[in-house]
Amino acid sequence: MIELEGLTKRYGEKVAVNNLTFTVRPGIVTGFLGPNGAGKSTTMRMVLGLDRPTAGDVRIDGRRYDQLKDPLKYIGALLEAKAWHGGRSAYNHLLCLAQSNGIPTTRVREVLDTVGLTAVAKKKTKGFSMGMGQRLGIAAALLGDPRILMFDEPVNGLDPEGIHWIRTLMKSLAAQGRTVFVSSHLMSEMALTADHLVVIGQGRLLADTSMADFIERNSRSYVRIRSPQRERLLDVLHRAGITAVESGNGALEVDGGKAEHIGELAARHQLVLHELSPQQASLEEAFMRLTAESVEYHAHSDAPVPRQQWGDDWKRS
Amino acid sequence: MAAAQVVRSEWTKIRSVASTVWTLSLAVVVTIALGMLISALSRSEFDGMSARDRLSFDPTFISFAGMSLGQLAMVVFGVLVVSNEYSTGMIRASLAAVPQRGTFLFGKLAVATALALVVSLATSFAAFFLGQAMLGEHRASLGDDGVLRAVIGGGLYMTLIAVFSMGVATMLRSPMLSLGVLVPFFFLISSILGYVEATKEVGRFLPDQAGSRIMQVVPPVGDDTPYGPWGGLGIMVLWVIAALLGGYVLLKRRDA
Repeated sequence: MIELEGLTKRYGEKVAVNNLTFTVRPGIVTGFLGPNGAGKSTTMRMVLGLDRPTAGDVRIDGRRYDQLKDPLKYIGALLEAKAWHGGRSAYNHLLCLAQSNGIPTTRVREVLDTVGLTAVAKKKTKGFSMGMGQRLGIAAALLGDPRILMFDEPVNGLDPEGIHWIRTLMKSLAAQGRTVFVSSHLMSEMALTADHLVVIGQGRLLADTSMADFIERNSRSYVRIRSPQRERLLDVLHRAGITAVESGNGALEVDGGKAEHIGELAARHQLVLHELSPQQASLEEAFMRLTAESVEYHAHSDAPVPRQQWGDDWKRS
Repeated sequence: MAAAQVVRSEWTKIRSVASTVWTLSLAVVVTIALGMLISALSRSEFDGMSARDRLSFDPTFISFAGMSLGQLAMVVFGVLVVSNEYSTGMIRASLAAVPQRGTFLFGKLAVATALALVVSLATSFAAFFLGQAMLGEHRASLGDDGVLRAVIGGGLYMTLIAVFSMGVATMLRSPMLSLGVLVPFFFLISSILGYVEATKEVGRFLPDQAGSRIMQVVPPVGDDTPYGPWGGLGIMVLWVIAALLGGYVLLKRRDA
């Protein structure tokens, strides 16, 4: 379990992470979502005690990171930036990390095998491709067989096969009851792997919700209508109590799944329709709306924003 | 316990990168070869020397002449041992594995210092014996007064140069910046201060000048250095402690 409590990081005037409070629970994959520069990596570095918080703190299974004896046995992390010496072999890189935490040498071979780097274990890591580098980072994270795993943008640089592998790995780690905390800037990636979602924007917490809940709230359905008799159609819809909004390109959008109803209405008034199609807003759009809002708040006021129930946003806009 | 683990880990790190081997080999080869060359030259020039120069002829110190250049390889060794962590990003993995930063730093320094000490002592003895062989009839012997102290001192001097560089590199992090500060410091500033009469007093208290006093057996005529061989080494040790403390304090405070 990872617990963040009012975690804040300021670099001079700039607030990178702003008063984050949430808990990452075991047994599920928790996605940590935010656009680039939202503060995800900074937060993860603070979890590992690499960066010192300006305020607030982080607890790993109830303890501060530097109070952990042999921390690699509690929490393993893949950081976004490369964290090894290119002149050292993969085997020696993992060996020195293992030795520092009293992890048996045999474990080094095991994790190399798990990530599929056994064949290049003795090779200098500077020749590694980005995907091999990610695998080495994941091997280092798994080294201490930790109960908590943290991955910063793990699919970056992986080929499709590698992406599939890491998704399966994360799910199986969570299924073993481990805490899995994974960051991404891609909603679509999170939708595939995460059970729970923490969204941040401009360092602020925007949402802390289960994935199922997120999808349910955000699977906004609407009907797109195109007609050469736009004005009359709007009139008819209005009289029937249906609100339609323009969506550009001369099309109209009506919230909800009322395609049949609208079709019958148009027939009754002998209106020509060129399109009448039920649509589904993507989660990516929902995510962008959510984070765009955080940018707006940031620009207009410095007052603290009350944590909002997410899902209300799109209705307002 | 934890310290022993860190020492094992740091030993794996230091022996698994090429820079350790080439910097240390360079230090050994340059120190010995240049010492031999200058010893051989001094032997052939001895007959043409003034009486005053002959009086202060120091065969032991002459055989260590290669250290002026060999120490630069030790500087590079000291700098790279520490700054490699930063330039490669390894520091993040290292500090995540060992969040007790003091334990991490002093474990690393202990391993690198021990290795530097072994190599430096071997180099110092080899430079002495091979240099004396070149000096022929003007040679000193290990049993002469102060010679053993000078030879062991030479090993300590080279080690301290490396440790001082590690401290500076811990403060500055970047290998280029550290070398950019240390190399001119030892090569230019120290010698310039030492040769100009007005600044000589200050120059004498710089780490390399104070520390190298221990390698002298026969002081120059009219020598007015205000400290003895061990006093000089003591001054150098103070510099080293200051650099390490600076490095430790910054490492403790800084974000990795």
